[in-house]
Amino acid sequence: MSNTKKFTAVVVGLGLVTLSACGSEESAGSGDSKTVTLVSHDSWVVSKSVIADFEKQSGYQVKVLKDGDAGQAVNKAILTKDNPQGDVLFGVDNTLLSRALDNGLFQPHEAKDSDLVLPEYRADQEQHRVTAVDTGDICVNYDKAYFSERKLEPPKTLDDLVEPPYKNLLVTENASTSSPGLGFLLGTAAKYGDDGWADYWKKLKANGVKVVDGWEQAYNEEFSGSAGGKKAGGDRPLVVSYASSPPAEVVFADPKPKTAPTGVAEGTCFRQVEYAGLLSNAKNPEGGKALLDFMLTKQFQDDMPLNMFVYPVREGAQVPQEFVKYGPQAKDPQTMDPAKIAENRDEWVKSWTSLVLK
Amino acid sequence: MDVARTEVALKRRVGRGGAARLGLLALPVAFFAVFFAYPVAAIVGRGLKADGTWQFGRLADVLTQSGVRDVLWFTTWQALASTALTLLIALPGAYVFARFAFPGKQVLRAVVTVPFVLPTVVVGTAFLALAGRGGLLDELWGVRLDTTVWAILLAHVFFNYAVVVRTVGGLWAQLDPRQEEAARMLGASRLTAWRTVTLPALAPAVAAAALMVFLFTFTSFGVVQILGGPTFSTLEVEIYRQTTEIFDLTTAAVLTLVQFTAVGAVLAVHAWTVRRRETALRLVDASVTARRPRGAGQWALLAGVLVTIAVLLLLPLAVLVQRSFDASGFAYYRALTSEDGGTFLVPPIDAIGNSLSYAVVATAIAVLVGGLAAVALTRRDAGRFVRGFDALLMLPLGVSAVTVGFGFLIALDEPPLNLRASWILVPLAQALVGVPFVVRTMLPVLRAVDVRLREAAAVLGASPWRAWREVDLPMVRRALLVAAGFAFAVSLGEFGATVFIARPDRPTLPVAVARLLGRPGDLNYGQAMALSTILMVVCAVALLVLERLRTDRTGEF
Repeated sequence: MSNTKKFTAVVVGLGLVTLSACGSEESAGSGDSKTVTLVSHDSWVVSKSVIADFEKQSGYQVKVLKDGDAGQAVNKAILTKDNPQGDVLFGVDNTLLSRALDNGLFQPHEAKDSDLVLPEYRADQEQHRVTAVDTGDICVNYDKAYFSERKLEPPKTLDDLVEPPYKNLLVTENASTSSPGLGFLLGTAAKYGDDGWADYWKKLKANGVKVVDGWEQAYNEEFSGSAGGKKAGGDRPLVVSYASSPPAEVVFADPKPKTAPTGVAEGTCFRQVEYAGLLSNAKNPEGGKALLDFMLTKQFQDDMPLNMFVYPVREGAQVPQEFVKYGPQAKDPQTMDPAKIAENRDEWVKSWTSLVLK
Repeated sequence: MDVARTEVALKRRVGRGGAARLGLLALPVAFFAVFFAYPVAAIVGRGLKADGTWQFGRLADVLTQSGVRDVLWFTTWQALASTALTLLIALPGAYVFARFAFPGKQVLRAVVTVPFVLPTVVVGTAFLALAGRGGLLDELWGVRLDTTVWAILLAHVFFNYAVVVRTVGGLWAQLDPRQEEAARMLGASRLTAWRTVTLPALAPAVAAAALMVFLFTFTSFGVVQILGGPTFSTLEVEIYRQTTEIFDLTTAAVLTLVQFTAVGAVLAVHAWTVRRRETALRLVDASVTARRPRGAGQWALLAGVLVTIAVLLLLPLAVLVQRSFDASGFAYYRALTSEDGGTFLVPPIDAIGNSLSYAVVATAIAVLVGGLAAVALTRRDAGRFVRGFDALLMLPLGVSAVTVGFGFLIALDEPPLNLRASWILVPLAQALVGVPFVVRTMLPVLRAVDVRLREAAAVLGASPWRAWREVDLPMVRRALLVAAGFAFAVSLGEFGATVFIARPDRPTLPVAVARLLGRPGDLNYGQAMALSTILMVVCAVALLVLERLRTDRTGEF
């Protein structure tokens, strides 16, 4: 063996040893029984005092890994299932639930107060692999000023959106890359059925719907009713967003207006439910279970709405005044069985793409 | 007698050269096998395998989808158009930088290279700020180019201008102008002289530059994603969507293979043109070929190039800087130091420290791996295997970053390579992109070292290591520094793979910029611009230092 070769072999060997040493050291850190790691999408926000209470009561330190948007966080969790990045995954919604369950992402744990979850939000009742944590509606929002200036009634239902008065007014998101975009597509599929939804979208396209890639662009740039959209010169008075967006326009405004500048077309809503679950190969399952139990406590459920702009799922949890006042929850939203979503989602998105984007 | 003994000794050394070369290649080969081939194979394999059996039938299924054909078609034609447009706009620039002496040339050459090492998120954002809704052009004349193919093409020119200026201009500066003058003395017209003397000498460099630009635009991700809207999609963007949004790993795997094949073909052609260029020319010192422009025509050309650079390259960068200040001054920069807002678990300013420390480690890895590879590839007796490896080293530039990132996630999570939770993953991924630049910078310089010097040292009894240290190292030290600088700048800017593996609490600058851009609100946008400006300044400083270190033959970049 020449000197060079020996030298190289030593370097490679040393390198690998050092690298694997770094690796095991780190993973030992996250497998520490005192730390519980929550993997979540980027929207996770909790009040510091609430998490501090949990840490004090349970004795666990909470570590949060925000891992991209909801779809990315779930996909990465599936790919890394055998050696997960954390113990609990939060943020699987009903449009992604089957993908997560079919891939064996979660192990069973019946959270302590799960009998207090409102019945319509429960899922996977035989095995308890997931726990519903929050819910929200994807709805068309409208710019109140635009419609009152023109003495035009804002649209109320999906049917209204294809009518002539609302031509060229709506902006929505790409169903293949955006979760509200997908939710809106599923809402139309739930309403008009397997045969009718494509026709509906043809009409919507003929009525001048605009599609952009993500929610940020649609809401903050194209929509004329949001604070961001006003600044950017947005000129579409209708946008696919959330039922909680109007209260957000009030809460995050300074000075606060008396009433929300935007409203919700209640007949256009599709209900999303977000779940959390204990990851299959969690290194700290006990800590993960404690964290899941905590997510259903009244304290957490009360704290959540104004942080993440979602509704609680626990019976009797406080819905904030701002929500009641500025954006009441839709009474009769479209919903769809996760199994049906799983079965059709890809096909629908594909047809939708060639129908609307091409 | 003595002579014969020396010859025997020399032959033995040359014979050992083969073994030594393999030894030198061991580390680069191991590095690429473990940190590139294995992760990519793992994720592609995951996509093509279902229930333990290979699904090659799916290849045809995916390839015959009309959507996939549309993507392939758009990817190809926009890359061809981008390449043509870049050559059209940048070749006069290459000429001006090569043949004219003018004040501020060094600084300007560094500045036009800044876009090339900026992450595409920042480039895309700069263009949006210029040509998007509410951008400068919109405010002035109501011109909006976002979601049109023009925005994509112009951004690609912005991005790749430096590739042409450096590759073609670098060689042009070293061509002896007297050859062309001689042709004219013999009665050839200016055009004929240029066409028959200069053009053939330049052609391989132009071809190489064109292929590099084609490679970069064919695999364009951030620019297309940000500027293209939902209607335009390259293979790279489609692989990203299929992997992260739709989770159709099979389609992603097939598209990865398609891109792999296309890029492999481009690289093979590239390797061929590079070889032709290296053997064919006799060069002179660049410093003697440049002189002040003479006559109205040359001044007009210089002015034209400077105006083009100002409008196409400096303006977007300036808009970015301008947007990083609010009405009252430094509010966005101050906000970078605060922790609240919920976007990060740390103040965004920490991203600077993260980026710098990752880039230092990535540079060390890239210089070690790329340097060893370049030394091994220098040997004149390099066989086909070694030359093939030369092209292979370029592959990371052409393989989807999301494929590499996801590959890292699933492949490097078990002992003895349990790196997933480790910080080293990020520099490793960045080094993959840095190595090609190190190799391309070092190779021409190393090849220019006269073999006879090494042989003389060997004859005098020096070990290969000593010969390298005494002969090669002094001559290539500056090139080594330039290579390190490039690897550093490229690591700073790497986005695609980093975004998948950077830990959420340790974002790099480009990752932090992208996350801030994904959040609504004025303050987030302003902070993204401020961070981009900081990144830009760091890159520019690194490149200016490089300009000072430039040797006569600093390779292809």
